[in-house]
Amino acid sequence: MIKHLLSMTQLSREDVTRILDTADSFREVGTRVIKKVPALRGRTVVNLFYENSTRTRISFELAAKRLSADVINFSTSGSSVAKGESLKDTALTLEAMGADAIVIRHSSSGSPATLTRWVTASVLNAGDGTHEHPTQGLLDLYTIRERFGRIEGLRAAIVGDVLHSRVARSLTFGLSKMGAEVTLVGPPTLVPPDAPAWGAQVSYELDPVLPKLDVCYMLRVQRERQRQQFFPSVREYSRLYGLSRERVDMLPEGCMIMHPGPMNRGVEIASDVADLPQSVITEQVTNGIAVRMSLLYLMLGSSRGELAPSEDDDGTAGERAPRSDGGAS
Amino acid sequence: MTGGRVLFRGARLVDPASGHDGAADVLVEDGVVAAVEGPGTSSGPRDGSVLDCDGLVLAPGFVDLHAHLREPGREDKETVETGSRAAAMGGYTAIAAMANTDPVADGLAVVQEVRALAEAAGLCEVHPVGAITKGLAGEAMSEIGEMAAAGVRMFSDDGRCVQRSRVLRMALEYARTFDVIIAEHCEDESLAEGAQMHEGYSSSLLGLAGQPSEAEEIVVARDLLLARLTQGRLHLCHLSAAGSVDLVRGAKADGLRVTAEVTPHHLALTDEDLAEYDTNRKVNPPMRSSEDRDALRAGLADGTLDAVATDHAPHAVEDKEQEFDQAPPGTVGLETALAVVLTELVGPGRVSLLRAIEAMSTAPARILRASGHGGPVEPGRDANLVAFDPGAAWVVEPPFASRSRNSAFLGRTLRGRVVHTMFGGELVVHEGKAQR
Repeated sequence: MIKHLLSMTQLSREDVTRILDTADSFREVGTRVIKKVPALRGRTVVNLFYENSTRTRISFELAAKRLSADVINFSTSGSSVAKGESLKDTALTLEAMGADAIVIRHSSSGSPATLTRWVTASVLNAGDGTHEHPTQGLLDLYTIRERFGRIEGLRAAIVGDVLHSRVARSLTFGLSKMGAEVTLVGPPTLVPPDAPAWGAQVSYELDPVLPKLDVCYMLRVQRERQRQQFFPSVREYSRLYGLSRERVDMLPEGCMIMHPGPMNRGVEIASDVADLPQSVITEQVTNGIAVRMSLLYLMLGSSRGELAPSEDDDGTAGERAPRSDGGAS
Repeated sequence: MTGGRVLFRGARLVDPASGHDGAADVLVEDGVVAAVEGPGTSSGPRDGSVLDCDGLVLAPGFVDLHAHLREPGREDKETVETGSRAAAMGGYTAIAAMANTDPVADGLAVVQEVRALAEAAGLCEVHPVGAITKGLAGEAMSEIGEMAAAGVRMFSDDGRCVQRSRVLRMALEYARTFDVIIAEHCEDESLAEGAQMHEGYSSSLLGLAGQPSEAEEIVVARDLLLARLTQGRLHLCHLSAAGSVDLVRGAKADGLRVTAEVTPHHLALTDEDLAEYDTNRKVNPPMRSSEDRDALRAGLADGTLDAVATDHAPHAVEDKEQEFDQAPPGTVGLETALAVVLTELVGPGRVSLLRAIEAMSTAPARILRASGHGGPVEPGRDANLVAFDPGAAWVVEPPFASRSRNSAFLGRTLRGRVVHTMFGGELVVHEGKAQR
C-alpha cells in the first residue's frame, strides 16, 4: 500500500499496472456530459504550489473535482509563504484544517518527502526540483501503453537535459520498471555520470538512436543552462539534439513523439514537428487528468490501501486480486 | 568536586604518549597527576574521593581541532559556555573554536572575547582560531602576527576556502615567522557551486546537485604544492575524499610538514545516508562514497590522517527544518565523537583503541600545541583526563549539553559513553553529569 506518492522508484510494477488500469476506467468519465463521480465526496485536497505550474495544477484540480473532492488551491505568492512562513508551518496549518491530501510542487528536491514528516495527510509529489515528477511519468506510461497496448519491450529515447529533469527521472525509472529499453540522449554535461546505474543506456549522439525507436521523448531545455556553461549556445544545442523535420524522417513509422510541456518550439523541438500527427502532446494532457484521478482515488478512496503492498508488508495482502473497475460507477 | 585529591581506581589506562595500555590507579592532587601506580597498590586519599573505574578506560582528555561555538553572533545556536559544556560531556579538555563567527575572529577583539568567555565557563580550554583573511573574504591577510603574539596557534578561514593561490601562498609564508598553522577547508568553490551533496549515483537519484571529490582534491593538491614552496605549516581540515588521503600520504612520505584531520561523520556515513533528505546529515564537505569512507578509515589507522576532529557545527532547529537545499550544512559532534569512533572503528577492529585515543587526544594536542593535554599521564603533568565506558550502549537523542541538536546520528544506538571528565584537576563531568 502506498500512503504517499513521492517517487516512481517507490512503486512496484504491480502498483503501476493498477494505477494505469484504474485510470482507464476514469478516462471515460471525462467524455461524459457530466464529468463527475462521487468517489471522494467530503474529502479535501490541497494543491500547494511553490512553483508556478498552471498545467499540472489545473490537471490535479480537475482530477479532484471530477471525484467530487473539495479542492483548495494554495499558491505561495501573496500568501503567508510570501510573508516568510516556513514549509513546516504551512504544513501544520493545512494539517490543522483537515487536508486529506496535499499535492505539492516545489523547486527544492525532496520537499514532498520532508513534508511527510509533519502531516498525516497523503502527500503527492507534483514535481520537486530536479528529483522526480511521478504523476507525469505515470501519465506518460499511460499514453504509451494506450498507443502500443504494452510497455514491455518498447524502445524509448529520452532526449535533452536529463541532469536537471524530474520528468526524465520518473519516466526512466517507470519505463525500465515496466520492461522497456531506455536510452538517455544528451551532451555529457547534461546526462548524470551515474545514469547507466539507472538501468538505462546513454548516447551522446541523437541520430544513431532514432531509427530504432518506438518512443521519442523530448525534454524541455532551459536557456539559462547556456549561461551556466552546460552547452555553448542554444543554436548548437538545437542542431545537435533538437528534433527537426529531418530527424523525424529518420524515425520508424509509428514512433510516438512526446514532450512534457511547455515546449520551447525551435529549440528542442521544431515547431512543425510538434504539430505532426505522431506527436501526442495534447493526449498527454488529457490522460494526465485520468491518471491523477486514479491516484487520488486509490490513495484516498473509501478503502485506502488498494495499491499492491510493498515488500515490507507481510505477503498475505498481496494475494488480493487487483480491482480494475476503478469503483467509479 | 573541586580541587583536592581524586583517585581513579582500577581503570584501564590507555596513554598513547607513553605507549601505556594496562590497568592502573591514577592519583590526582592539586590539579596535577601525583601518582600512576599498579592497580590496587594505592589506598586512596584520606581526604579526597575515590572513583571506582572498574571496566572504564582512562585516557588523556580529548582535544578537538575543529569546533564552531557560534559566539559572538549566533548565540541562539551555541555559546562558548554551552559549547564548552558539550565538549566536556564528550570527554574533551581542549577545543579549537573556529573563526567564522559574526564578527569574524580576524583580530584581537574577538579572540580575547572568546577566551574570556571560555575562562568564565571553566569547562575546558578553548583555543580561538584566527581568520587567515579579513572577514573570511579570501583577499587581505588578517593580522596574524598580533593574534599569534596573543597565543593564537591556528589560523583558518574554515567554512570558506582560500580560493586565490597567491593569498594562501602569502599566508603560509608569512605565518612561518610565528610558527603557527594555516588550516584549510579544501573546496574549489566553482566546482562545488550550488552543491548539496557528493556527486554520484545517490545524487543522481535524489536530484540534488552534487560536487565531485575533485572539488576537494584539487585544493588539497594545490595546498600541498604551496606548502612545499613555502615550507609553511599546513593543516588540512575535515578531509572527505579517497584521493585527498592519497595526496597527503604522498606528501608526508616526501617529508612535508603537513597534518590532516577527519570527522566522525565522514568515518561513519556515506552519501547513501541522505536517501531520506535528512538535513541533519547535510554537511560540508559532503559525506562521499563507501570507497571514500573506507579510504578515510585506512588513512586514520595508518596515521596519514593525524587526528579526529568534530567539525561541531550547531544549527537552530528552524534552520535545519527546511527544504534540503535551504538548510545550512553541519552536524553537532562533540557529544558523539567518542561513541562514533568506538562504534564504527574500534569495535569492528578497524582501528586500535590506542590509535583512536592518539587521534582524539595526543595527536591534536601536539598539532595545536596545547600543552598539558594529550598526555603523557605521568606524575607532574596537568590532570586533563577522561574516563569512559567503552561498552555502554545509548541512543543519540536530546537533551544535549549543546544548545543545538542537529546531530547526523539522531536515533542511532552507539556504544561508548563518557563517565568522568577532569579538566585541570577538576571533575567537570562526574558520573555522566556536567558539574558546572
